[in-house]
Amino acid sequence: MKKLLIALMTAAAALSLAATAEAQEKLKACWVYTGPIGDFGYSYQHDQGRLDVEKALGDKVETAYLENVSEGPDADRAFERLAREGCKIIFGTSFGFMDPEVKVAKKFPDVMFEHATGYKTSENLGIYNARFYEGRYILGQIAAKQSKSGVAGYIVSFPIPEVVMGINSFMLGAQSIKPDFKAKIVWINSWFDPGKEADAAKALFDQGADIIVQHTDSTAALQVAEERGLQGFGQSSDMIKFAPKAQLTSIVDDWGPYYIGRVKAALDGTWKPGNVWLGIKDGAVKMAPYTNMPDDVKAMAEATEKKIVEGWNPFTGPIAKQDGTPWLKEGEVADDPTLLGMNFYVKGVDDKLPQ
Amino acid sequence: MDITVNILLTIATAATPLLIAAIGELVVERSGVLNLGVEGMMIMGAVGGFGAGYLTGSPWIGLLAAIALGAVFSLLFAVMTLSLATNQVATGLSLTLLGLGLSGMMGTSFVGQPGARLPNLDIPGLTAMPVIGRLLFGQDPIFYISIALTAAVMWFLFKTRTGLTLRSIGDSHTSAHALGIEVIRYRYLAVIFGGACAGLAGGHLSLVYTPQWVENMTAGRGWIALALVVFASWRPWRVLAGAYIFGAVWIGQLHAQAFGIPVPSQLLSSLPYLATIVVLVLISRNKRLTMMNTPASLGQPFVPDR
Repeated sequence: MKKLLIALMTAAAALSLAATAEAQEKLKACWVYTGPIGDFGYSYQHDQGRLDVEKALGDKVETAYLENVSEGPDADRAFERLAREGCKIIFGTSFGFMDPEVKVAKKFPDVMFEHATGYKTSENLGIYNARFYEGRYILGQIAAKQSKSGVAGYIVSFPIPEVVMGINSFMLGAQSIKPDFKAKIVWINSWFDPGKEADAAKALFDQGADIIVQHTDSTAALQVAEERGLQGFGQSSDMIKFAPKAQLTSIVDDWGPYYIGRVKAALDGTWKPGNVWLGIKDGAVKMAPYTNMPDDVKAMAEATEKKIVEGWNPFTGPIAKQDGTPWLKEGEVADDPTLLGMNFYVKGVDDKLPQ
Repeated sequence: MDITVNILLTIATAATPLLIAAIGELVVERSGVLNLGVEGMMIMGAVGGFGAGYLTGSPWIGLLAAIALGAVFSLLFAVMTLSLATNQVATGLSLTLLGLGLSGMMGTSFVGQPGARLPNLDIPGLTAMPVIGRLLFGQDPIFYISIALTAAVMWFLFKTRTGLTLRSIGDSHTSAHALGIEVIRYRYLAVIFGGACAGLAGGHLSLVYTPQWVENMTAGRGWIALALVVFASWRPWRVLAGAYIFGAVWIGQLHAQAFGIPVPSQLLSSLPYLATIVVLVLISRNKRLTMMNTPASLGQPFVPDR
């Protein structure tokens, strides 16, 4: 039923887009989002990036977007539609758009394609991603300092490398402060379901966690923390308004500078498919102000952030896998392909990875 | 002890919107109308409730706005299916689509704004009692409304003459019409009542459950409410039981995960839906019981001969 709904919505969105085809001499830049732009999370932040492009490049560009596009065959149609509408550069913002984009990019060799968080490229398809795990290491350190029970509750969506990487980085950060720190992990199998996220937060708090971390998109979990007088971290956006006493910090995605750069390159004719993985030092991953914590914890977080900006990687050995087998030797740094395909936990994670 | 109370409170919060939306739809279906637009009416209630609460600062005004918006939105369905005799399934589906889209548009300026939350009941002396205090006297107001509503609908359908008339319309609108009952008028009122309930359920989401507005925040709860009505074989008290079983399984699986029980989370997440299927199979084995409870003219358009 839900599939059908989404299909219909995509079709409706595509139709409404057809009405806006005008001003041919402008460069048309287009975006495809998997969620609604009103999620105040992942898709919202991508759309803020689109608006930044409009602001920076003014009347040289025209932008359009499709929201709520499900990952799968529907996405093929969405990308093809945009390419036919005259979009010259198209950004697909979700992991599941990878194969559809590869397919459609082949059909439209003179359209520039960009795909976020994937790994396949071609002559006219580039990829980009952000190193969110850098921020998660800092969250881990703060959690270990702030938690009284020594247990964090961690709400997660789907067992894809991006999420697993985040859990591992968080645990490495926490263990660097408190070696026996624990995280209780709950999978809710959804990126976005405020009710379920709130329920998961309540369950985790009831079982003794006193800090909540999330890799889902709404503000619900943080609001539960606020209600209970406990603490937690925001996700994708700065959520301080929803939890003025509870939010410690938040990993904020800032795609604006990247999008502006790429659309500019498309305008100048210098665009080439790239493969970039931007981090805190590139400004694509930002930390919301460190709040509701003592000064020494704040200083520690800032020091770690600085270390990361200077080039240090949280995945620097020695690190053992969950079962105790060594993974990285002393001083060894994980390479990007390994991180992007991460499907195992590091030592100390108290959960069985769903396969 | 504390954790048990907390879990029960969480279950009640999760079950309340399902219960309210399902009770409303039950009355609609008892009158012989199938409105698949519950999700759409619910999300309209959610955006209306949040918006009014946010703009006026009063969650109580938000609550009224949620009910009103759900009711007004259902009127659209009523005009289409009852006065113009369109196909109920198609109209209901489009009501859901329209609601999801329209609410997103209406709510653009509410995204990222913290809203007003309905306060929990707090009766001096009673709420502070151990264990039962918070369960009986410390929940949100909509929880009490949901229980009262269930009792009222039960009484209305099976103890009043009007309730009997409504059920008879659901079973055979032609016979009812022949007896001089104003079929369309009854159905209009039933549909609007269902809309108001769905709106209230949506208001619970945006004013109590997760006090915020985000697009698609109902996340399929309207569909679960629809399933619950069938699950309950059109009996109010079974809707109540069903909603709470759903809530319990839903919350239980989260606790099982947090506790570290090594069961695949995907399986646990699908448990509520599996439970529905199992119950449907069990119910449909008893043909007589099914026939007795299903409104016989459910989903059929009625055009009175003039």
